[in-house]
Amino acid sequence: MLAFILRRLAQSLIVMLVVAFIAFALFTFVGDPLAAMLGQDTTPEERERLRSALGLDRNFLAQFWIFLSNAVQGDFGISYRLVRPVDELILERLPATLELSMTAGLLALLIGIPLGVYTGLNRDSWLSRVFLTVSLIGVSLPTFLIGILLILVFSVWLSWLPSFGRGDVVAFGWWTTGFLTPSGLKALILPSITLCLFQLTLIMRLVRAEMLEVLRTDYIKFARARGLKNRSINFAHALKNTLVPVITITGLQLGSIIAFAIITETVFQWPGMGLLFIQAVGFADIPVMAAYLCLVAFVFVTINLIVDLLYYFVDPRLRADKGTAGGH
Amino acid sequence: MTSQTAAPAGPTALQRFFDSDIWWSFRRNPVAIGAAVVTLLTFLGAGFAPWIAPHNPYDLASLNLMDAGRAPYWLDETWQPGDPRFWLGTDDQGRDILSTILYGARVSLLVGFLAVVFAMSLGILLGLAAGFFGGKVDAFIMRIADVMLSFPAILVALLIDGVFRVSLPSDMHQEIAVYVLVLAIGFSSWVNYGRTVRGSTLVEKSKEYVQAARVIGIHPAKIMLRHILPNVMGPVLVIATINLATAILTEATLSFLGVGVPPTQPSLGTLIRVGNDFLFSGEWWMTLFPGAALVIMVLAVNLLGDWLRDALNPKLR
Repeated sequence: MLAFILRRLAQSLIVMLVVAFIAFALFTFVGDPLAAMLGQDTTPEERERLRSALGLDRNFLAQFWIFLSNAVQGDFGISYRLVRPVDELILERLPATLELSMTAGLLALLIGIPLGVYTGLNRDSWLSRVFLTVSLIGVSLPTFLIGILLILVFSVWLSWLPSFGRGDVVAFGWWTTGFLTPSGLKALILPSITLCLFQLTLIMRLVRAEMLEVLRTDYIKFARARGLKNRSINFAHALKNTLVPVITITGLQLGSIIAFAIITETVFQWPGMGLLFIQAVGFADIPVMAAYLCLVAFVFVTINLIVDLLYYFVDPRLRADKGTAGGH
Repeated sequence: MTSQTAAPAGPTALQRFFDSDIWWSFRRNPVAIGAAVVTLLTFLGAGFAPWIAPHNPYDLASLNLMDAGRAPYWLDETWQPGDPRFWLGTDDQGRDILSTILYGARVSLLVGFLAVVFAMSLGILLGLAAGFFGGKVDAFIMRIADVMLSFPAILVALLIDGVFRVSLPSDMHQEIAVYVLVLAIGFSSWVNYGRTVRGSTLVEKSKEYVQAARVIGIHPAKIMLRHILPNVMGPVLVIATINLATAILTEATLSFLGVGVPPTQPSLGTLIRVGNDFLFSGEWWMTLFPGAALVIMVLAVNLLGDWLRDALNPKLR
């Protein structure tokens, strides 16, 4: 058990180091940081002083070490494009992305699981067929096209909902939330639907497949033979056992939601980190790119780690298997 | 596994193909036939775009700004009346939308195909090596695969594209942008091939014919390519088909985000991006038609891939 956790931790650490190295390589090999910071008329002495102040005269590994220790403290330097500290920029945009991703993830779960249970229990009803067909279309439509279609219908033709921005936000310290104002909530509707649709269909199909599998097993037949109520069989016995893969997939998809938020944020001009990143790529704004890269990698690695550990705790069979086999 | 192994001579190979299970299952599946027809039509339309497109949208001499923003011909739009020359209307520069779609699909398909070829070659190579040599080589390659699998392909592609964009001077980047994109998309999707090929290689490796080939001293590289590879190609073909659909979608997404192909060579994603700016002035045809073309193309290829997967799956026969 402990060996398993340690192994996973070490693996995560290596991945983070590799990503940090890529980010660092961006700084070192692409362009000259001095040229980006200094004007035309600086003297060679000033140039040299700044070079040693930034640690650029040290060897490669020492520079990497400086980069790492700064990055761990959240210091990624100053954005070339906006001339402001990167950590400040990211922190400013973080609430927007997190609120959007969380709303989308919750929507996907809250709609996806019931739909999956329904289509699993009523395999042949016409409503199930409708849901499945619609979900097939949902998977084939790229995210950005869904966003554009929603904007066209609900903003341009019906003019019910706003098509860009976050609406009015309320600030709590550094955190800004759009949950508390009517315009903020209205602005959240279209982007969160766009973002959740793919995950929703995925969860629905997964729950459906798992339900069909579980309902065929012997213990469900025994439960029926014992005369338990349908409701308690379906939800207490069947659904509970489908949840292990659902937890895994949802956890892993949480990362994807943050990645796909880049697209949704671009379509809806949502002021989050994804939009910041895309703009940074366009302007070759390396500090912002490096910071986003490290942050997203960190989120992914953490989620993967948590899901792996959760899996371990949720399913006692895995623990038993792994225990006898002497770790994975 | 008869039809996809290398065929010795022309007529007999054709004969064998028409006798095969695959052809039989294809003829009995209307969805597969429909998907194949649509796929073929889009491929032909894209491939022969310069010859069948009613206009050359990138020939500046033939553009007329007076034609800009015309509605589709069959639409009863009085504000910007349609013109019989432009079936699907025109964009903001007066280009015929139908022609831009045909030319755009050409770029989309080109990038998609090249990316699939790159991902397939890389995946097969690494998968074969991992499965055949085992041990440390296997562990190393599969760890990389695990890590890459935990990041979404679009993020990996975006990252690689971003690195190239930043490190190359912009005029040079314009020139090779298509190949950078192919590299980025291909590299983000080799893992599926790699894992499948490795699994099949592990199975094949222990069979007698490979043992025999080893005993008579054939070079490992030759054993892998001539003896093992043909026997693992079935699943690879299925992955390649589905991968083509995702590669086209990834390219469209990157181009929509403005980090894909350069504006001088617009793909379907670029057209959607450009048309998106005119959504609010009511000129929806500039976005929706390229979008519909993209969805039809991807859906057809996906359905074809689904059928191929079932047809090649011995359990479902």
